[in-house]
Amino acid sequence: MVMATVHFTARLGALVPAKQARVDGATVRDVLKHIFAQNAQLKGYVLDEQGRLRKHVCVFLDGERLAHDAALATCVGPQSEIYVMQALSGG
Amino acid sequence: MERRALVSTRKGLFIYARDDGGWHLAQSHFGGSPVTLALADRRDGTLYAALNLGHFGPKLHRSEDGGASWEEIAVPAFPTGDGNPALKQIWSLEAGGADEAGTLWAGGIPAGLFFSEDRGANWRLVDSLWTVPDRARWFGGGYDDAGIHSILVDPRNSGYVIVGISCGGVWQTIDHGDSWSARTEGMYAAYVPPEKKYDTAVQDPHRVARCGAHPDSLWIQHHNGVFRSTDDAKQWNELHPPVSNFGFAVAAHPKDHLTAWFVPAHSDQRREPVDAAMVVNRTRDGGRTFETLRAGLPAPAYDLVYRHGLDVDEDGECLVMGSTTGGLWFSRNGGDEWQFESTRLPPIYAVRMY
Repeated sequence: MVMATVHFTARLGALVPAKQARVDGATVRDVLKHIFAQNAQLKGYVLDEQGRLRKHVCVFLDGERLAHDAALATCVGPQSEIYVMQALSGG
Repeated sequence: MERRALVSTRKGLFIYARDDGGWHLAQSHFGGSPVTLALADRRDGTLYAALNLGHFGPKLHRSEDGGASWEEIAVPAFPTGDGNPALKQIWSLEAGGADEAGTLWAGGIPAGLFFSEDRGANWRLVDSLWTVPDRARWFGGGYDDAGIHSILVDPRNSGYVIVGISCGGVWQTIDHGDSWSARTEGMYAAYVPPEKKYDTAVQDPHRVARCGAHPDSLWIQHHNGVFRSTDDAKQWNELHPPVSNFGFAVAAHPKDHLTAWFVPAHSDQRREPVDAAMVVNRTRDGGRTFETLRAGLPAPAYDLVYRHGLDVDEDGECLVMGSTTGGLWFSRNGGDEWQFESTRLPPIYAVRMY
């Protein structure tokens, strides 16, 4: 089973669970979906209402920054580390 | 009488209070976060603050204890799919009618109008305006997308609502949002080819204001002029204020339908005070003549007052004005004299007296 570890930017503060959980999912979208199922408020900070990654949020997978438009569909590995960060384009 | 003012800025919400000693900063909230506007609902005392977090999108917060504590509530959202956009910013937020407790209207960028019946716990897009054929020709005025910046509920009938759109004109419903009619007769646009001059869809009313006691009396600061209506927006007539007919903000006297205030700025190319002198234009005779008020306002100065940067209290005496360079002024005598608030504030997006 694929179990990725997800880290969120500290800027999201109290919205983010204190304990880093290992989360099931085949793609970045799947992994995030599982997290948002437990935390609906966080979802609105990372995705817009059309389910797209917000313009100034970026995702790193195993040390590589993912292209914005392809990020959610990217496949994750069994030990992947995902970082959801602020893009500096957002100021 | 005690007065308070909500000052929404690039770096948080500031609440000012007036006592016998004048105005003072009473509270600050959301430090570091852009607050695009705030609302004090006179029906139940609730405060609302709309944030636009640069990375994490628009948010809406509510306080039921005068600002002591805030909770994040639902933000208006476009329905999923059908090529629908995502909300970029809440650009207007108003209480519904006095007989509709808990109702709220919100206008967005893009130009969706949203309605809540439960104090912002849930929102729905007003489809009837989103689907008017004209919307395909609306365009952004100052932003990439068109937006709704003015929402005016008729105090005589809560189902009568006027909205102002940049750029998309002025629209009115008389059936609580089931259908809409364009209300731009008499307006013209100087920034399009001549054959499009009177096209409803290209009109850029920067801000629309209404006299509460005489709701048929409306004022507009338009991109290329100042207009007034005396018949509930059926016909608009151009006025000719001194200094400049360009600007963003207008405030209508809540009782006297002949009085309104405007903040002129130098042309759409420059957007700064004419001759580097901050002034306010006031008419007290329905726009036939204007006085240019300068007492207490700075020169030289390069402050620009955005469309939500001017407001007047329910008596029509006390005014508040905020600028994009963080200048904040209060007047207690209808604009005759202005007092500068010495705190160096962040850029001010919106002010609201309550």
